[in-house]
Amino acid sequence: MTVNGEARVCDVKGSESLLSALRDYLRLTGSKGACEQGECGSCSVLLDGELVCSCLVMAADAEGSEIVTIEGLGGPELHPVQKALVDSGAVQCGYCTPGFVVAAAALLEENPAPSSDEMREALAGNICRCTGYGAILRGLETLVAGR
Amino acid sequence: MTTRVRSRTVRDGVGESTARSDGIPKVDGTYLYSSDLYMDRMLFGATLRSPHPKAKITKLDIGPAVAMTGIHAVLVGDDVPGLNAFGLETPDQPILASDLVEYWGQAVALVAADDPETARLAVEAIEIEYEVLEPLTDPEEADRRDSVFHRARCRRGPQDVSGAVVVEGYYEVGMQDQAPLGTESGLAIPDGQGGVDLHIATQWTHVDRDQIVAGLGVEEDMVRVHHAGVGGAFGAREDVSLQIHLCLLALYTGRPVKMEYSRAESFVGHVHRHPAQLWMRHEADADGTLRRIEARVIIDGGAYRSTSDSVVGNAVYHAAGPYRCDSVAVDGVAVRTNNPPCGAMRGFGAVQACFGHEAQMDKLADALGMDRVDLRIKNALGRGDVLATSGQVIDTSAPVVEILERLRRMPLPAEDLSDDPRLLPGGTGLTTSRPMVERGVGYAVGLKNLCFSAGFDDYAEARVAITPFGVEVHTAAVEVGQGLGMSCAQIARTVLGIEDVVVYYDDTSKIGSAGSTSASRQTQMSGGAVMEAARMARQIALERGGGDELDGEGVWKDGVLVTPMKDLVGRENIEYHTRFHHPQTEEPDQNGQGNVHVDFAFAAHRAVVDVDRELGLFRVVQIDTVQDVGFMINPRSVVGQIEGGTMQGIGLATLEEIVVEEGVIKNPTFTDYLLPTFLDAPPIEIEVIEEPSSFGPFGAKGVGEPPTVSSTAAVVAAIRDATGLELNRTPVRPEHVASAPL
Amino acid sequence: MEVVHPADLDEAVGALAAHPGATLLAGGTDLMVEVNFDQIRPEVVVALRRLDDIQDVSRRRIGAGVTFRRLESGDHNALAQLARTIGSPQIRAAGTIGGNIGTASPAGDSLPFLAGLDAEIELHSTSGTRRLRWDDFFTGVKRTARRPDELITAAVLPEDLPDFQEFAKIGQRSAMVISIVSACVFRWRDGRTRVALGSVGPTAIRARRAEEMISEETDPGPTALEEFARLVAREVNPITDHRGTDDYRRHASGVLARRLLERCLSS
Ligand SMILES: Cc1cc2nc3c(=O)[nH]c(=O)nc-3n(C[C@H](O)[C@H](O)[C@H](O)COP(=O)(O)OP(=O)(O)OC[C@H]3O[C@@H](n4cnc5c(N)ncnc54)[C@H](O)[C@@H]3O)c2cc1C
Repeated sequence: MTVNGEARVCDVKGSESLLSALRDYLRLTGSKGACEQGECGSCSVLLDGELVCSCLVMAADAEGSEIVTIEGLGGPELHPVQKALVDSGAVQCGYCTPGFVVAAAALLEENPAPSSDEMREALAGNICRCTGYGAILRGLETLVAGR
Repeated sequence: MTTRVRSRTVRDGVGESTARSDGIPKVDGTYLYSSDLYMDRMLFGATLRSPHPKAKITKLDIGPAVAMTGIHAVLVGDDVPGLNAFGLETPDQPILASDLVEYWGQAVALVAADDPETARLAVEAIEIEYEVLEPLTDPEEADRRDSVFHRARCRRGPQDVSGAVVVEGYYEVGMQDQAPLGTESGLAIPDGQGGVDLHIATQWTHVDRDQIVAGLGVEEDMVRVHHAGVGGAFGAREDVSLQIHLCLLALYTGRPVKMEYSRAESFVGHVHRHPAQLWMRHEADADGTLRRIEARVIIDGGAYRSTSDSVVGNAVYHAAGPYRCDSVAVDGVAVRTNNPPCGAMRGFGAVQACFGHEAQMDKLADALGMDRVDLRIKNALGRGDVLATSGQVIDTSAPVVEILERLRRMPLPAEDLSDDPRLLPGGTGLTTSRPMVERGVGYAVGLKNLCFSAGFDDYAEARVAITPFGVEVHTAAVEVGQGLGMSCAQIARTVLGIEDVVVYYDDTSKIGSAGSTSASRQTQMSGGAVMEAARMARQIALERGGGDELDGEGVWKDGVLVTPMKDLVGRENIEYHTRFHHPQTEEPDQNGQGNVHVDFAFAAHRAVVDVDRELGLFRVVQIDTVQDVGFMINPRSVVGQIEGGTMQGIGLATLEEIVVEEGVIKNPTFTDYLLPTFLDAPPIEIEVIEEPSSFGPFGAKGVGEPPTVSSTAAVVAAIRDATGLELNRTPVRPEHVASAPL
Repeated sequence: MEVVHPADLDEAVGALAAHPGATLLAGGTDLMVEVNFDQIRPEVVVALRRLDDIQDVSRRRIGAGVTFRRLESGDHNALAQLARTIGSPQIRAAGTIGGNIGTASPAGDSLPFLAGLDAEIELHSTSGTRRLRWDDFFTGVKRTARRPDELITAAVLPEDLPDFQEFAKIGQRSAMVISIVSACVFRWRDGRTRVALGSVGPTAIRARRAEEMISEETDPGPTALEEFARLVAREVNPITDHRGTDDYRRHASGVLARRLLERCLSS
């Protein structure tokens, strides 16, 4: 499979998830696990361009697919979403943050100027326990307004 | 020699919303949490847990697991070399249960294997049989049987006082989970000399260390606990979970061992917020003056003690709320059952109390025909008043009247006209349209004691060093995400006038305890320690450099740089190490009286809730809050704490409950333990009152817990306001609100 | 473990025939939860995510491999409404209607839609194609009449599609939640009405007496609507669990059905 533009081979043993392949085999630990069942969004990645929970993708089914993780999102510079979240104070414990960054980047790719309610709905699959979501919304609103 | 008027303020000092040093690593995915640690030759641990809330272990045969390939250790209670017990306040819980299991999910055996899958299979291979015993799961029954951890009481003033108007109520608070997104995880690395280094997500490294060395039966310096990246805590990491297990496995195998709980295991792996039952009676004069408060509180501590004694104490001391009253009788009990053990969670007893006393204040106002806020203002505590329960004089800022006045003046949200489902109860489920909605408004105000109380030797150590490369701040305090490191750096910058500050989180061998990251205490305690150490370091610098001002360039005298930094610390760093104590508190007397608490913070919330009465669905439209914060070292962090804490309170009001039936958790997953999503999160308007506290750096107060104390009560009050229902239980469920079944 | 990535339908059913007991994997949003929780350990997996032959949607035929993300913007109002409530964007991007049918959970949100329309489930195997009406296909809680060698290829809707269709679902959260009750109401201009409910029985439930009663009413007034709600509430068969009580579910079934009918009538 291709991960962040690089061809990677990952010899998984069985029915492990893509999340496990990324973390345990490729040591790309930016994607986080927190629920193992798609409820929290911490493991969000792009699979062939679609935003999915990598804990619910069977690694073996990602063979030949194109995967973008948090590690592949920014370049030498931070991705605008990353910068927006740092600047607005949306980072506390930060465990949900990589998932939020990937999900928000995917949203803005598809809809460059979402309304606040569209953002809230589109990010409802990402749970944050620290911030109450306020700073995340402010960061993204500022980013969208500044575009 | 340069002569220049130096600027008085240093960049990124206190009062500014500075950038956190872990911000970029956290957004780009490179920040290492305890679960992200890997090592060559590392083994994976797993835990065998009890499937019964109470049972005798009649057979435990590890043979089949030991015989598996890829297994390096299978450990049971008898393998614990030291004391087979741990506990935050009292070591009463077996590290591994040997004869008796007392709650569902209790740890019985450990395995270390080459990979997680093999470890899991080995756990299944262990042969264990139980004789199932009748669990005790009803808290009232436990109270009757005197199965009790602790009884706390307060009696103050004449006990025969009565008022013209009396209201009574019974209230219940469900068991809430802290649900930090990072589950319990860590990596233990044996040092080859009989000692071990543990890298762990925790809230208090030193107290972990103390419990580990007791369990291992080794000297204190054989175990070093390092603070690894923490994915949220909220109280869940104050008790030991897998710390001792990891160290046992690492020492037994001589190899690094990693463990990481699944979400389901996390639900049994840490303590929860105590569920509570409260009976309250308030009596007042016709003009609303509170004359007497009586309360009885039962909290369910579950199978082991953890911090139940302190939580019930707190529930008792907070039972009267932030109100004056000179005739008080409160009894509290923390019962021992076979339910999941409960302990610390943000708000620590005050949340449960507030849910009761604020419902009572609304009831009382209604009975008196008074405005609900007016009644609160009439009885509000202020500086110099006496806390109704403990009788201690409040010698800190206590702007309760101002909080309520300002909250009441904040604009209410406009009448919503939109039919966008995202702005309606039921959300995208499309259950509800605008005409089906009634709106309610609810107020609640609460208080929270700050730092440790009741005579506890509460201190924090810090070391500040001025070096040629900048300032180092050393602490063992745990950064759980709240931004403590940033605040400590800001304090050091402002005191020293030097911008270049780096905070080091030392392991337990390098510095003494900072105390727990809990009880809203670290800004005041570790912040206080950093302030004290920085002040002393500055003093030394001024003496050594022969001047009257210090900054990043060196020591100045009368506006002239007299000792440049390279000369000041070129040969020897300037260092100061301190152990900071807050003013001493007292143990209460037999009536619960005394200077029990060192400081308090106050906050109030006003919730606006839309209710679809027929279906029992509700949506928090907005919640506004005013909080007494002392001084904002970092305004953005303060806002972050208030928003996040408020949201956890909304969670307890609307969704969050661990459902326990006969001792068994029915919903140990994020599919069924529901946390608020982005769409459940209302806008929050925040105002703060900055009136300096009695101690704490620059007058700062802890800000973490107060927002969680009153938000739950405010939301439920708003649902009551919209529906006229009594709603004496939180979380409120649709079936509690829905109009009578057809 | 072996994974087969069939290039077309024939290869897919061929793999199923060759490996009896093979596990079908579509979006994985149900299956991988079971895998992660160690409830199943598949030996052979037939992966359908990239199987083009089951990706088409037309007015009367919805390919099993179509994701809810695609259905969110489809022609059928109720289907789009329910698709929007399935989990989160992450779940909708992966989760398919075929998977929802395959799981046959009592809380599967597409089930009331299929039940209310008397849809047929199309099954394909090396021995051919057959279609089962929804009530022959869904046989119980997470049980279906699918043979292990069969692939679900599509849901097929009847020719006579309703003029109005509405869906709603009650959950405790505003989004990303399993339904406590879900409902679909279909109405034709001539008054014919169908109502199906989810999460209130082992499979979707049709409230047939309520349908009969309200179908007689060409312009139902408040009394008729209340009677309709009452009948719906009587016909469901809910249980109490940690998500909701049977009384509440019964009550909410009636209220939801009535509200949805009102929406049909006013559109
Ligand atoms: C966080 C989360 C939220 C969810 N929310 C909802 C919700 O709101 N409403 C709801 O209804 N569901 C929900 N689900 C469940 C799930 O997303 C849906 O049931 C989804 O439709 C499953 O589709 P899938 O493609 O992912 O199926 P998979 O998981 O790939 O498969 C599911 C089952 O169907 C079988 N199967 C799949 N395709 C076929 C086929 N073509 N032929 C035969 N058998 C097949 C599989 O073998 C498996 O047994 C949620 C799941 C998660 C994790």
